[in-house]
Amino acid sequence: MRVLLVDDEKELVSTLAERLSFRGIDAEWTTSGAQALKLLETEVFDIAVLDMKLPKMSGLELKKEIQAKMPAMKFIFMTGHGSGDDFRAGTAETGVDYYLIKPVKIEALIERMKEVLRKN
Amino acid sequence: MSYKTDSISEIGLQFFGKISSSNFHEIKNVLAIINETAGLLEDFSLMAEQGVPVGPERMKDLSSKIMKQVRRADGIVRSINRFSHSVDKPTDQVDIAEFLTFMIGLSERFAAMQGVTLKAQPSDIPLLITTAPFLLENLVWLCLDFAMKVAGAGKTVGLAAEKAENNGVRIRFTNLDGLTESLISTFPKEREKALPDALQAEITTDIGAKEMILRLPGDITVNSNQ
Repeated sequence: MRVLLVDDEKELVSTLAERLSFRGIDAEWTTSGAQALKLLETEVFDIAVLDMKLPKMSGLELKKEIQAKMPAMKFIFMTGHGSGDDFRAGTAETGVDYYLIKPVKIEALIERMKEVLRKN
Repeated sequence: MSYKTDSISEIGLQFFGKISSSNFHEIKNVLAIINETAGLLEDFSLMAEQGVPVGPERMKDLSSKIMKQVRRADGIVRSINRFSHSVDKPTDQVDIAEFLTFMIGLSERFAAMQGVTLKAQPSDIPLLITTAPFLLENLVWLCLDFAMKVAGAGKTVGLAAEKAENNGVRIRFTNLDGLTESLISTFPKEREKALPDALQAEITTDIGAKEMILRLPGDITVNSNQ
């Protein structure tokens, strides 16, 4: 499994990528949508884990951009919302099927990634 | 059931919600970093138990990262606490130079989302006025929000405070490269004009100088029955 992690909190994505690598998952990270799109010009990933609130280009905007080029790519969102209800209320009908509320348990993230890839 | 609200209360509640939720999001980010860094420390501990060598420098680095995030969270909580208490008194003495630094802290996440940097010019002297702290925060936030939208290619909005006539203070929002007549006509919105009115403040813009100026009187009286 190859994972692209995108979050403007560098300390978060870099650490998460390192922890995923210890668990046998190949993870790359960037801190912006623009960097992610650039990386996707040369690299292939199975799934992208995106922060909802990215600077300049939101997580949802980035998802649309990636999907236009790579329709097979799967997505999970990470959000700093207070709760799942709070998050769902703010993102109804936006095409967010899979999300995790920060702070994320790494086991839950891995399980969710496997589930998303299995379902599709 | 119906009830009446005035525009200042409505705008104020929206502002309070916006600033609070943004700062709580920020705290969630800090918690997420602490969570991952502590998790990485745990990973290394498990590796060490299995005989994989872990350098003490790396452990020290991870501990200092956690401490840095704790300080960051403490700063956010202090800010949001001060912000919450700004409704305690109808009027109070405010040092505008220090107040601008506080407002930049509260607005940092919004600025980062738009790729804008907010930079306050330090003042050599305290710039004390008596005003309504929460209403002032709300008005300065509206000015900042507008300034961030019209920030030019440099994307750095400058904030400078200086003494004005009659013991008042002027706040300059500078480097507004994208300022145009049509944009100026959109700010403040009709219902937002209640704020400068309540604070007896005046907002002017200068396209040539690429700046917006907020003039505040040295002292205001608030009629709490209004």
